[in-house]
Amino acid sequence: MFNLISGFLRPNSGEIMFNGQQIQGLKPYHIAAKGMSRTFQHIKLFPKMTILENVMIGRHVHSKSEFIAGMLNLPWTRREEMRIKEKAMEILAFLGISDMADTEATSLAYGQQRMVELARALACEPRLLLLDEPAAGLNMRETAEMGRLITKIRDSGITVLIVEHDMSLVMNISDEIVVLSYGQKIADDVPLAIQKDSEVIRVYLGEEND
Amino acid sequence: MGNKKYIQTIGFAAAVVSIQIITYFSATGYFLTQLTMSGYYSIVVIGLCLLMGYAGQISIGHAGFFAMGGYITAVLTTFNFSPFVKNTLISLFSKTGILIARQDLYGGQILSFHPLFACAGAVIFTIVVAYIIGGPVLKLKGHYLAMATLGLGTIIYKIVIGTTILGEADGISDVPAFTLIPGLLEVSGKPSMRIQNYYFAWGLVIISMVFVLNLIDSRVGRALRSIHGAEDASNAMGVDTAKYKLHTFVLSAALAAMAGVFLTHFNGGIGPSEASIMKSVRYVAIVAVGGMANLWGALIMGALLNFFSMRGYFGTLDDAVFGGILILIMLFAPEGLLKTELFKVKRKNFQSAEKSGEV
Repeated sequence: MFNLISGFLRPNSGEIMFNGQQIQGLKPYHIAAKGMSRTFQHIKLFPKMTILENVMIGRHVHSKSEFIAGMLNLPWTRREEMRIKEKAMEILAFLGISDMADTEATSLAYGQQRMVELARALACEPRLLLLDEPAAGLNMRETAEMGRLITKIRDSGITVLIVEHDMSLVMNISDEIVVLSYGQKIADDVPLAIQKDSEVIRVYLGEEND
Repeated sequence: MGNKKYIQTIGFAAAVVSIQIITYFSATGYFLTQLTMSGYYSIVVIGLCLLMGYAGQISIGHAGFFAMGGYITAVLTTFNFSPFVKNTLISLFSKTGILIARQDLYGGQILSFHPLFACAGAVIFTIVVAYIIGGPVLKLKGHYLAMATLGLGTIIYKIVIGTTILGEADGISDVPAFTLIPGLLEVSGKPSMRIQNYYFAWGLVIISMVFVLNLIDSRVGRALRSIHGAEDASNAMGVDTAKYKLHTFVLSAALAAMAGVFLTHFNGGIGPSEASIMKSVRYVAIVAVGGMANLWGALIMGALLNFFSMRGYFGTLDDAVFGGILILIMLFAPEGLLKTELFKVKRKNFQSAEKSGEV
């Protein structure tokens, strides 16, 4: 699902609308430039790069130095680099992980790596943030912290779309939940209503036998 | 970060100057010839290091691009265009000074391209070829990319060895001097120009080095390293991975072609061995010994190994030595010679000293 929306897979039919534009068939980098950013279920940080550098990649769509400017290290390129760095530090501070800025990304614990992925996606300043199982592999304390951060991101004005089956996270932070079963939508409502939905209960918890 | 890079560059330039001074006082000026050649090969290594070490894309066909530059400049500056002077394009070239008359080795008058235009033509042609081939080839990954670039190198070698105008197995000789500043600087094998050529070659190395060092510290360099690390994630962050890989491939091909052009003028000719697969393997081996993502390592190893090779220190086992080096490095020091245990210990000591404020 996320791979279709973010352009990693090409849909066989149908259309995907984002901000009033069709985006099916576009390459991922193109969709990212349109204001959609994502994380991965299996963490995909850039190894051999620091946390700060990982997050700075997120600023790629908001900067424009190319080969020639980079090779000549022009003054405006240097200024742009400074701005990229400042913004990346700002995002690390927002998520409370500034102290790890110079650590190599892959040397972190799993939960922290998820946090860096989130920071990197946020650095794109997306309108829509896709989080692919953000609680996967996290313990309860880390999940709660992740939930708190996602709420904070939502409150800053970014739409967050989450695929997740950790119910404690989903029920606590969602405004609206869509339930899928084998690719078919079976429910779409606020958390409380979802909890009472008979179809959802039948599919996910099983039927009561009379 | 920025300053360190310039200090290293100045240090390197100082080393280049001191080597020349040493050869002057020790009456070993003849070393400069091989050092100059080794400088040109180092330019290929710098470009390949950017492509392999930073963007993570292997090429076992870079000797092909080097040869392409060299052969095109050789053909354009030695082929006699005077029988075609009735052709409007040729006569236009001749009138505008793009084609110039000169004497060949046997005293005959020939009309051929001015080296400046031959050089530009060679580099531009290589860029175009790299663009056309790079597009589809760089969609491949890992072993498949290695195979495809190997195929590219083989094709270029076979073309060179099977084409009459390229001199077949004999190559092309009598390539004229490339005069850059009349009387002061010409790229040729003349003993009187030996010192100038040494500085010109290593000047080009340093300029290429500064450009590439700047590039890897920039937004583009960061994007390249991210492609190397996790291409999917890089794409999702808005990096046009296909474009960046292609541009890097083209840039490194252009550096190789430029080196090929100047070395051909310096040697006064070029032969098919420059296009051979063993040359490509040699470049890959040097980048690996240097530590893949380590430009200075690659540059220094490139300079040393090529110099030893051309002085004949490896004897008839020349190619075997480079093949052997590649195997040994991959087995025992995949991160390059400078990152082996021996050097690591020193570095750690240095770092801990730095932290406690002793340095």
